[in-house]
Amino acid sequence: MAKTAALELKHITKTFGSVVANKDVSLTVNKGEILSILGENGSGKTTLMNMISGIYHPDEGQIFINGEEAVIASPHDAFDYKIGMIHQHFKLVNVFTATENIVLGLEEKGKFDLKAAEKRVRTICEQYGFELDPKKKIYTMAVSEKQTVEIVKVLYRGADILILDEPTAVLTPQETQKLFAVLRRMRDDGKAIIIITHKMHEVLSLSDRVAVLRKGEYIGTVKTAETTEAELTEMMVGQKISLNIERSEPVDPQPRLEVHHINCSNREGVKMLDDVTFTAYSGEILGVAGIAGSGQRELLEAIAGLQRLDDGAILYNNPKTGKSDSLRDKTPIQIHELGVRLSFVPEDRLGMGLVGNMDLIDNMMLRSYRRGKSFFLERNAPKTLAQDIVDRLAVVTPGVTTPVRRLSGGNVQKVLVGREIAASPTVLMAAYPVRGLDINSSYTIYNLLNEQKQKGVAVIFVGEDLDVLIELCDRIMVIGAGRITGIVDARTTTKEEIGLLMTKTTAEGSETP
Amino acid sequence: MIVSFISSSIPLGVPLLFGSTGEIITEKSGHLNLGIPGIMYVGGISGVIGSFLFENSGALSLMEKGGFFNVLIPFLAIMIPFLSAICGAILMGLIYSFMTVTLRANQNVTGLALTTFGIGIGNFFGGSLIKLTNTDMPSIALTRTSNFFRASLPFADDLGWFGEVFLSHDFLTYVAIAIALLAEYVLNRTRIGLNLRAVGENPATADAAGINVTKYKYVATCIGSAVAGLGGLQYVMAYANGVWSNDAFGDRGWMAIALVIFALWKPTMAIFGSFFFGALCNVTFYAEGLGTTKQLFYMLPYVATLLVLIITSMRKKREHQPPEGLGLPYFREER
Repeated sequence: MAKTAALELKHITKTFGSVVANKDVSLTVNKGEILSILGENGSGKTTLMNMISGIYHPDEGQIFINGEEAVIASPHDAFDYKIGMIHQHFKLVNVFTATENIVLGLEEKGKFDLKAAEKRVRTICEQYGFELDPKKKIYTMAVSEKQTVEIVKVLYRGADILILDEPTAVLTPQETQKLFAVLRRMRDDGKAIIIITHKMHEVLSLSDRVAVLRKGEYIGTVKTAETTEAELTEMMVGQKISLNIERSEPVDPQPRLEVHHINCSNREGVKMLDDVTFTAYSGEILGVAGIAGSGQRELLEAIAGLQRLDDGAILYNNPKTGKSDSLRDKTPIQIHELGVRLSFVPEDRLGMGLVGNMDLIDNMMLRSYRRGKSFFLERNAPKTLAQDIVDRLAVVTPGVTTPVRRLSGGNVQKVLVGREIAASPTVLMAAYPVRGLDINSSYTIYNLLNEQKQKGVAVIFVGEDLDVLIELCDRIMVIGAGRITGIVDARTTTKEEIGLLMTKTTAEGSETP
Repeated sequence: MIVSFISSSIPLGVPLLFGSTGEIITEKSGHLNLGIPGIMYVGGISGVIGSFLFENSGALSLMEKGGFFNVLIPFLAIMIPFLSAICGAILMGLIYSFMTVTLRANQNVTGLALTTFGIGIGNFFGGSLIKLTNTDMPSIALTRTSNFFRASLPFADDLGWFGEVFLSHDFLTYVAIAIALLAEYVLNRTRIGLNLRAVGENPATADAAGINVTKYKYVATCIGSAVAGLGGLQYVMAYANGVWSNDAFGDRGWMAIALVIFALWKPTMAIFGSFFFGALCNVTFYAEGLGTTKQLFYMLPYVATLLVLIITSMRKKREHQPPEGLGLPYFREER
């Protein structure tokens, strides 16, 4: 296939306040090619893509499309250049149906005909094998369905240049494979595809070439076939990093949290947890593996007192008093007052964990304000804590008084995890604490979790990367469709064994403490 | 008795219908315009100024010549106040959109300021006009213009109760209903409506979809203001028989905003809601004999709004909630 450039960026620079998001970036995507953009968190990948799709304007530099200089002043211009972007955070209107979202902003001639649009959506879905009800409202959809809507939206507009910002972060392995099949078909169709991802095996299996960004700077482009994982990692982080996660033997494990036969249902009456029983020990990391949406969230929320149980019991063995306390049907504050400390890193970091409009210090105070006795707020301790987290976890921020929503996704995550660990818990639950984090930050988080484990904390770690779970955890509990399908020893298990358990729905695994 | 009650309730509801239809259009773009009471007031006084100037220009006497003037003069007598009211209201809408869309000022503060400002403007010009008329009355009577506005269908009286309830009203009543129906159709059945709703629900999404968010917000706010301004005009010209006195408009503007919630952001619901509110207001006239307890009846429209809020909150249906982006300023490059 003749390689002609579909999109060329030359010397693009963009700054936000004092933070340089992109500095002198130049790269090219050819027609009929998949280009991966690889970079750590905050390396400016999303900002760069937003400039191509007309959301931001570059401060300096030029964009060429099909060899001609293009000025993309708005997303509308981007459409005219047949650029379609699938954002990391979905851009969908909740109360609209799938079709209404897909046709939104389209200026077609003739009568506004939703029925005809629905038909076309169905045709596209059949063509590529998507499962989507064109009449379904967005707010009733699961995350993967929403992404399908986003992709169909771009296809509906007949885009020639597709940009996907971390598209697989929310997908199951099967859905990812389906998506890749679609992307390959579009590549063979002559489209230029840019995919942003952290997952190295996806970069290697899908893309033709890889462009690497580091701290906003363009490092280089290599052909996927001529590179290795180690080389890419080195380009990305600038230094070689050890791929081994430290793991110490559990010290004096005691049953800390006993969960007995709990059941719970969601608002529609669908069973989310089905007869779940397990014990979390002090001084160990219990991994929780499973396909997204199998009940991980409900399980953690049940323990944290945020989810009503239909039946079952959760017992907490208090190390101070030696007594057993029942956590069931207690409010989070009551659980706190009992002397039980559950630090909870919710899946949705901004929605449940932090307040976007508040600065780092105030977000620290969300956990500690009840301790104050004075009428006035005491901001010194939270300020020290915030500064400490910024220093220890290398959070990229102009300062501790910056509103959290101005930080990039990965940095928000660091702040949240840092705060939860600082509460010196006895049970620490973390759901996807490294989601969206780059390798260096991920290791910082792993080390923090290990530190907690050595202090005798019972750590429950819900993860998605099986390699990490196997290297980090002591035991791995696999959850499938709300049931525990097995608890395995992380030191002896294999990825295949866990993968098999994840897709199973009946309990057969063996308990190995 | 029932027929006359219904028939007299409808004119009470019409200003509310204009106001709430205008506010719904504005709120669908994500802007909570609390300036509506002021905008309606300005709409009223602008219409009064227009017709005052027209009446004093002596043009009305041309009607004595008959013929062609018999059509032209009534037409102008209606169109001049009509357009004046729309222009005055749009000016207010432009101030509001400039403040909240371009400068991204707080919508609630801007709206409340605009209400205070609008009522001040209305009273200033109202007071000046009253001085110009050199009478002792604290009001301006534009009876001749009002008569044109209040002309109803000639055969309404012959149709008994049906005619009295449905056909005996001034033409602005039917304009209000037509605008509400049109708004409902445009919002739900056209591309423009879809785009507008998207702007109000999620401006970032609309922007990414290539919709000119600023334009939609400006246009929706200004059209909404123009519609609301007609409510003020209808109040003066039809309901109050062309008599303007300062502060007589009362809290109709606030009631129109309450009606938006009552109608669940649906213009067709606002039609029924406005006549229901009109009836609730009308009850107070029938309750004159009750003395101080009469004040309790003034609460009825607000109690009804509270009830609707409680019921819809309990049902938790997403379609019955205000637009998600309501009250939030939108700035593209902010993350």
